[in-house]
Amino acid sequence: MESIRTTNTQIRLHICARPEYLCVARMAVRQVIQVVGLEEDKDESVVLAVEEALTNVIRHSYGGPCDKPIIMKLSKIYRCDNNKPALEIVIRDFGKQVSLEDLKKGEPGKIKPGGLGVHIIQSVMDEIEFSPADDCGMQLRMVKYIS
Amino acid sequence: MTNVIKNVRHEDEALVLELAGEIDMQCSIELRDKFRELFRYKPQVLVVNMTEVKFMDSSGLATLVVALKWCRRNGSQLKLVGLVQRVRNVFEISRLDSVFQIYDSEAEALS
Repeated sequence: MESIRTTNTQIRLHICARPEYLCVARMAVRQVIQVVGLEEDKDESVVLAVEEALTNVIRHSYGGPCDKPIIMKLSKIYRCDNNKPALEIVIRDFGKQVSLEDLKKGEPGKIKPGGLGVHIIQSVMDEIEFSPADDCGMQLRMVKYIS
Repeated sequence: MTNVIKNVRHEDEALVLELAGEIDMQCSIELRDKFRELFRYKPQVLVVNMTEVKFMDSSGLATLVVALKWCRRNGSQLKLVGLVQRVRNVFEISRLDSVFQIYDSEAEALS
């Protein structure tokens, strides 16, 4: 794990765990990506990774669409090792505590529907940490470096 | 109801399904229902024109996988057309780009 220092650039978004709000989250991420200056060729990949993470929360942590909250925090951070900027995205839910292995049902290259979300997140992001939150639910921290 | 399904038309023995917008968990269910409806016509070729699809996640990909499996079981062909790079990336990351028949243009898919 990289040690980091956070700047003041921080946005919090609370959404209901319903698929109809995924487009709102995508819109917010696209705007933040522009603000922090992530390169154009990386931007939609990050939007995709966030989408997969939120979909996993709805599907696995909450067991389907519901009115329970998902909190997403987006920050521009600077890495301590080289002082280079990065975009940090933290997604917190209050559902079932699941392991990364539980979510990895799909295999890349195999024509099996579903379960590819974790593979996509791992392929796109530079750092990911998936851990149980203190009381209930899970927290996913993802980082994308800005060159 | 989303706006992802733009049009369906016949081109000789092929059915062409035109999609548009952003395909996510929300509209994947609608898309799956549409495929189910189209399979009743038992098309020899099902062309999915995705030229106007700007975003697709793994839910959308899973829906296309279900459609592909149906086509393979029933001797039909599923052809995808006009994937913009950001949509093509989803196939590449999932290593499913070689599993699907992907064409640049509808004319090429129908020829």
